Amino acid sequence: MMSKINHSTTERVGVYVCHCGSNIAGVIDVEAVAQWAAEHLKDRGVVIARDYKFMCSSLGQELIEKDIQELGLTRVVVAACSPHLHEATFRVACQRAGLNPYLCELVSIREQASWVHTDKHAATEKAKAIVSGGVERVLHHTPLDPLHVPIHPATLVVGGGIAGIQAALEIADAGFPVYLVEREPSIGGHMAQFDKTFPTLDCAACILTPRMVSIGSHPNVTLMTWSEVTNVAGYVGNFTVTVKKKARYINTDLCTGCGICQEKCPKKVIDDTFEAGLGYRKAVYTPFPQAVPKYPVIDHVNCTYFQKGTCRACEKLCPTDAIDFNQEDEIVTLQVGNIVLATGYDLFDARRVAQYGYARLANVFTSIEFERLSNAAGPTNGNIVLRDGVTVPKTVGIIHCTGSRDRNFNNYCSAICCMQSLKFAHLVKERTGATVYNFYIDIRTTAKAYDEFYQRVLEEGAIFVRGRVAEVTDASRMPNEEGKLIIQVEDTLAGLQRRIPVDMVILSVGLEPRRDSHEVAKLFGISCSSDGWIIEKHPKLDPVATMTEGVFVAGCAQGPKDIPNSVAQGAAAAARVLGRIQQKEIALEPVRASVDESKCSGCRICNGLCPFNAIIFHEDRMVTEVNPALCQGCGTCVAACPAGAISGTVFSNEQIFAQMEGLLLHNIEHPPLTEGVLA
Amino acid sequence: MTTKLLFYPGCSLQRTARPYLDSLVAISPLIGIELEEIQDWNCCGATEYIAIHHLASHALVGRNLALAAQQSNGTHTVMAACSACYLNLAKTDSYMQVNAQLNRQVNDALQAGGLHYQPGTVRIRHLLDIIVNDIGIEEIRTQVVRPLKGLRIAPYYGCMIARPDRDNRWDNVEHPLALDKLMKAIGAEVIDFPLKTHCCGGHMTQINMPTAYELIRRLVYGAAQYHADLMVTLCPMCQLNLDAYQSEMNRHFHTSYHMPILYFTQLLGLAFGLEPEVLGLGKEFVNASQALSRIGIEVPATELELEMVENKPARKKKEKAGLPMPQMRHSEEEDE
Amino acid sequence: MDDQSLRVQNASPSTSVSPPGSFLQEVIEATPGDSRLGMCIQCGTCGGSCPSAADMNHTPRQIFAMIRADLREEVLRSNTPWYCVSCYFCTVRCPQEVHITDVMYTLKSMAIREKRYDDSTAPDFSQTFIGYIESYGRSYELGLATRHNLRHRPLQLPSMVPLGLGMLARRRMDFAPQRIEKIEQLQAILARAIELEVGV
Repeated sequence: MMSKINHSTTERVGVYVCHCGSNIAGVIDVEAVAQWAAEHLKDRGVVIARDYKFMCSSLGQELIEKDIQELGLTRVVVAACSPHLHEATFRVACQRAGLNPYLCELVSIREQASWVHTDKHAATEKAKAIVSGGVERVLHHTPLDPLHVPIHPATLVVGGGIAGIQAALEIADAGFPVYLVEREPSIGGHMAQFDKTFPTLDCAACILTPRMVSIGSHPNVTLMTWSEVTNVAGYVGNFTVTVKKKARYINTDLCTGCGICQEKCPKKVIDDTFEAGLGYRKAVYTPFPQAVPKYPVIDHVNCTYFQKGTCRACEKLCPTDAIDFNQEDEIVTLQVGNIVLATGYDLFDARRVAQYGYARLANVFTSIEFERLSNAAGPTNGNIVLRDGVTVPKTVGIIHCTGSRDRNFNNYCSAICCMQSLKFAHLVKERTGATVYNFYIDIRTTAKAYDEFYQRVLEEGAIFVRGRVAEVTDASRMPNEEGKLIIQVEDTLAGLQRRIPVDMVILSVGLEPRRDSHEVAKLFGISCSSDGWIIEKHPKLDPVATMTEGVFVAGCAQGPKDIPNSVAQGAAAAARVLGRIQQKEIALEPVRASVDESKCSGCRICNGLCPFNAIIFHEDRMVTEVNPALCQGCGTCVAACPAGAISGTVFSNEQIFAQMEGLLLHNIEHPPLTEGVLA
Repeated sequence: MTTKLLFYPGCSLQRTARPYLDSLVAISPLIGIELEEIQDWNCCGATEYIAIHHLASHALVGRNLALAAQQSNGTHTVMAACSACYLNLAKTDSYMQVNAQLNRQVNDALQAGGLHYQPGTVRIRHLLDIIVNDIGIEEIRTQVVRPLKGLRIAPYYGCMIARPDRDNRWDNVEHPLALDKLMKAIGAEVIDFPLKTHCCGGHMTQINMPTAYELIRRLVYGAAQYHADLMVTLCPMCQLNLDAYQSEMNRHFHTSYHMPILYFTQLLGLAFGLEPEVLGLGKEFVNASQALSRIGIEVPATELELEMVENKPARKKKEKAGLPMPQMRHSEEEDE
Repeated sequence: MDDQSLRVQNASPSTSVSPPGSFLQEVIEATPGDSRLGMCIQCGTCGGSCPSAADMNHTPRQIFAMIRADLREEVLRSNTPWYCVSCYFCTVRCPQEVHITDVMYTLKSMAIREKRYDDSTAPDFSQTFIGYIESYGRSYELGLATRHNLRHRPLQLPSMVPLGLGMLARRRMDFAPQRIEKIEQLQAILARAIELEVGV
């Protein structure tokens, strides 16, 4: 193979090969890699190459710092783990020793070599090539300074469930302004629909409504309900957010929340949202009595006046003339520095499990229907009755994992259903004395005081059958089954098929991402998993940040979780936001695209592609410019530019080509590689 | 317009399910299909061949697929009216498509007979699928001259047409609605039969009679509970088990059910105004003449004595009170 | 299993890894395609769904646990696969997408090949059935019913006579079997398939 790179260098490069315990050294001969680099890359500027057990340890970093100072290194290559983990560590070490941090390159020989190969020899050869690539690349680096941008002190919280409420209150209490945007007419989220909360059985309303009231009256909180975010522009510290405030048809300056309009409205509709389809509301309504804000909304799809042009009963009877049928949607623009997404979850549609008969068999209920049924403020005043509205069930079957842990529907465990089912078992026992069966695959009661609650429900006499229910049917086989719902299941511990006649079935349905989660993710420039849950920056170490700076996530939007965890995440996201606000400015990676105006033909191909709206087109000069404060360095425009007029710092064509030449060992005279190592 | 279909009759349709074949042939011109029988087809193996040799069972079906592909002049659709045949043909074709080794081995075997089959060449479909999804319910409705008004039927699909449904033909593998809608279109009153895709007993009639009797009983008891006049089916094995073994079952349990089991093609024929004789009516063991006479259709008597059926109590109308019911998603249900 | 080998395995697409030489591995290999048998979580959906579970020695779920426990003899002698009616309820409902019906077919063919069954009714029925197919290319109900019942239910045969006569009277059964034209072609195909499968 011919050597293609012949130009010499005056740079002084240090190469540091990490063992990462046995993570790297178990597969790769790290000593040989360091030795090879010292010998074969001497001509490429390498003056020192070392291996060390843990480069990221203080001692490892000191090693680099000492070499920079004593050997006068002008470039550093660390061969260790993914830049995702330790790039910052080594950059800071270089900076401490007086070297510009962007003259340090971290190449991965762990994720890209030792973890994915078993052939030790080949993996070692590949590691050499990776080091060689890193050395060629770093020679093309230039010193860079981070960009500093100010942080706007206001925060947008999207979603007024318990996670969003918590985040908003923490930030507002710390003295900074918060905009809380909620799609529904009231904040409260799913928690407002519940009667009791596990495992302590606190009344949900009793613990939630004080928080809701605080939001409504907090001087630092601007509450925008019946509103949706329609556009997000800008970047961390300086987001411009557009919010659509849907017309309420109520003048909130005049409305006192007296409720006469709701009382007198002649149009009754099934309430599919708050009452989960079990109860009714009017066409003008607040979802529940403790709603915050207290103002109702007019549902124009069902309002007789909007549909037929007559009625106006509410308008006639309103004592403060607050009804305004001419109101229109309002578009509001907000300036915020950070965003917390707490958009929550939707419930699995139980109709999809046809064998459980939901929506075909009247007395099959979903978990949320049961929450409303057992709620003292619900459609039955908390009486647990069958669909006929009067009969108290004598036997109740609760089916866990409906739609969860099932490759036909959702693979994941919905995390809350076990405890929710245990709570239902307790409530049914307590209020009706009925016989209660729980059908489960595994009982998962892993958090504080959860297993104790399981014990309590066992003591109360609930019956547990280990088996995933096969079907719920009204087809009786025997006269004693007639008129009942029959739960057919294998009792896996007894090893036999059983048919258990019950009066009521409760399906503990799983949690799903919001149906529009992919659109929401796109709006805020973040990503969702294929399931639709928002992806956090790191599942263990950074669970409330996202890959987009300044956008945080809390609660079930990130994955199924219970109330304590949702609250903890709301508070954690708030702490991260407050940390940012206190810094007053943030240093941004100087990874940016820039346009060489002499090469730009003004074709505008790049203009529509920028996900961060960082590209400006100058009509007068017919050239494109990239706003460095908005640019996130994603490289889309660089790749798209047909004239090659756009280049990205840290990812310039030169740097990438140099790295490839290095990987192919075009930089040394006699490459020792065997065929097929670079898979 | 006439649609030409390659027709795989299967063993049952020639013998035990003769009325199914007769009625299918009788209605074909009325619904615009032309049947071209696959020449020299062989048995699909039912559920037995695969229990002994899985590769040979696929080769057995492979011969039929290869013959069909050879014969496919202008059509690639192979239609089977028997659910077991349909499932076996479709299963071999789809397994050969996804499993390269199986494809190679089946073709190796076919080679011994001078045949070859490229999986995916023909599309295997069940008669019901073609009638409902290609011809369409609306077209069927236009052919109806004698609506079966007043006839209360339990739509019975059995297992193998509904599951595993590799082609996503049906809205639901547990509770499909295609046959329900078709029967409503010809004017029948259709019950929401909860056992519509449950097992008829399959081969248990040959292996362990008590097991089979229990499976038959569940279905007949279920249909009787809903006061069905008869059950309608689309599978020869289902019809055979429920019809021919019904009296044995009654003897076993000391019961006296009388639940006629007819093919859906027979009911289509009646609604289209065809005479009962050409539709093979009267050949069933559990005589349907009393049920059909309720809607004014006279069926020639058979030699078997008729069991008496009690008059059914009037159907209870559900009261709309209490808490609202969640809506089904397929809300195109026209009645109620 | 150390950290690294775990990572390597996670990167590969195979869904179920079972100990080599185990009965589980044997059943997986004998079932065409990916049976996903190793993925069973013992939830009992299959046993709950099975229409004939009540008459089975073991529920399907128990059979899968026994396969994992290497109880080869007990599994092959169980009547469970023979009571499978191929209704596919278990297969479509299984939350782990185990191809249960196909596994039942595999167990039947293993049991037949090794003659490990306590009650020969079902295996004989299958063999009689396929005997007619191999001779005629089509099934033959009268022959099948007579031969099968004579052998396994001689005492019940008289009670089956009205059924048979009824079938004949209704022309729903023939006295003579039908033979396909190219029976030799079919026989050659089947012979080659069996040779490929069992290497005879």
